[in-house]
Amino acid sequence: MATLSPILPTTSTLTWQNRLDHLLARWGWRRGEHRVAPGLYALGNPTPDSGVFVTANYTLSFDALRAALRGHDTYILVLDTLGINVWCAAGKGTFGTAELVRRVAATHLAEVVRHRTLVLPQLGAPGIVAHEVKKRSGFRVEYGPVRAADLPAYLQTRQATPEMRRVRFNLADRAVLIPVELVGVLLPLLVAAVILRFLSGWFGVWAAVAAVLAGVVLFPLLLPWIPTREFSTKGFLLGGAVAAPFALAMLLGAPGGIGYHEIGGAFAYLLAMPPVTAYLALNFTGATPFTSRTGVKREIYRYIRPMAGMFGAGVLLTLAAAVMRWVGGG
Amino acid sequence: MVLTALSNTLRYDPSLCVNCGMCVAVCPHGVFAPNGRAVELVAAEACMECGACMLNCPTNAIHVESGVGCAAAMIGAALRGRPLDEGTCGDETCCGGSAPQPVAGSEPTECG
Repeated sequence: MATLSPILPTTSTLTWQNRLDHLLARWGWRRGEHRVAPGLYALGNPTPDSGVFVTANYTLSFDALRAALRGHDTYILVLDTLGINVWCAAGKGTFGTAELVRRVAATHLAEVVRHRTLVLPQLGAPGIVAHEVKKRSGFRVEYGPVRAADLPAYLQTRQATPEMRRVRFNLADRAVLIPVELVGVLLPLLVAAVILRFLSGWFGVWAAVAAVLAGVVLFPLLLPWIPTREFSTKGFLLGGAVAAPFALAMLLGAPGGIGYHEIGGAFAYLLAMPPVTAYLALNFTGATPFTSRTGVKREIYRYIRPMAGMFGAGVLLTLAAAVMRWVGGG
Repeated sequence: MVLTALSNTLRYDPSLCVNCGMCVAVCPHGVFAPNGRAVELVAAEACMECGACMLNCPTNAIHVESGVGCAAAMIGAALRGRPLDEGTCGDETCCGGSAPQPVAGSEPTECG
């Protein structure tokens, strides 16, 4: 007789430690380390007829599921996705057919429950071939709603409404991504700031900060309201709007009137800042649930060279202005 | 006749559809809808090429080129002189930025 692997107990309660862990994860602290042990968990007092809900071993995924199932006695099957959430892991293949079949076998799930149904989060589907899972494990895949929070309503009818099956990307969804994006650019921004302080003084530093913050904070917030469809062009527009005051200040703030130095400087801001914002905007496509790979490829082919060109020209002007200042003393 | 989209690689052959409804269930953007004998392609341009429909169609009626769609990964591939399709998700904790995020609050999902 096979020894049953341990079934770990869990609850629907999220402690302050859980919430701190979520906060740290949202800020990118120790990415990849927010994991729970893969395996079979018992929520409440499940019986051989209780449902089996599958999730990833990322703490936020696991906690969202168990909190949503408050009041239910169920099993939770946690797959080893290396601490990555369901949708990303599905895309990468770690929340996949092989891992699911492996985990069902390793936990001897067929001996724990009488039925043969696994409820999967809908966003696991890009990694799961449902008919393959059936063939290899004997378990049928039932795709539950996108959001764990919809599970209580879903479980009453076992029918998902169209709304439960749609992914949203509203202001709150976009805003919650900002911290981790911000943390990702801090180091490059610091390096750029140091260089610019040396080349262009504090004004240059603020310009770099403005261009970057426009890309990682303003862009996600304002995304649907910025004109044009492509993220790169939206980024150029937003970056241009943020660069304009700097260019204007350069032209209007010079005590000796507008000369070559002022015009060159204004152009430097207008050329160097928008591509930075546009590049950050293009990268944000990877954080949205609606841009397609084909669309992102098209944007890369279309806009990376203009971005590099404009930025390069802006950098050259900045260097030229710095040299003029050192040589000319003014 | 195979139906295709203008702005993405989605292809659907209704003659192969057995009306199991899996594509309708798994698509996060409502690209497919039930309609009598076979499923109907109702929002082809909304497709984000995640591949869920293709994987879960038991009769291979759907094809789409899914794969790493992260700009950072593709730009990384280009800088290494590789075709954009060879972009990878970096190490096990994914590339530096965020990745597809469906929701705030209950099921937050950026990589790692």
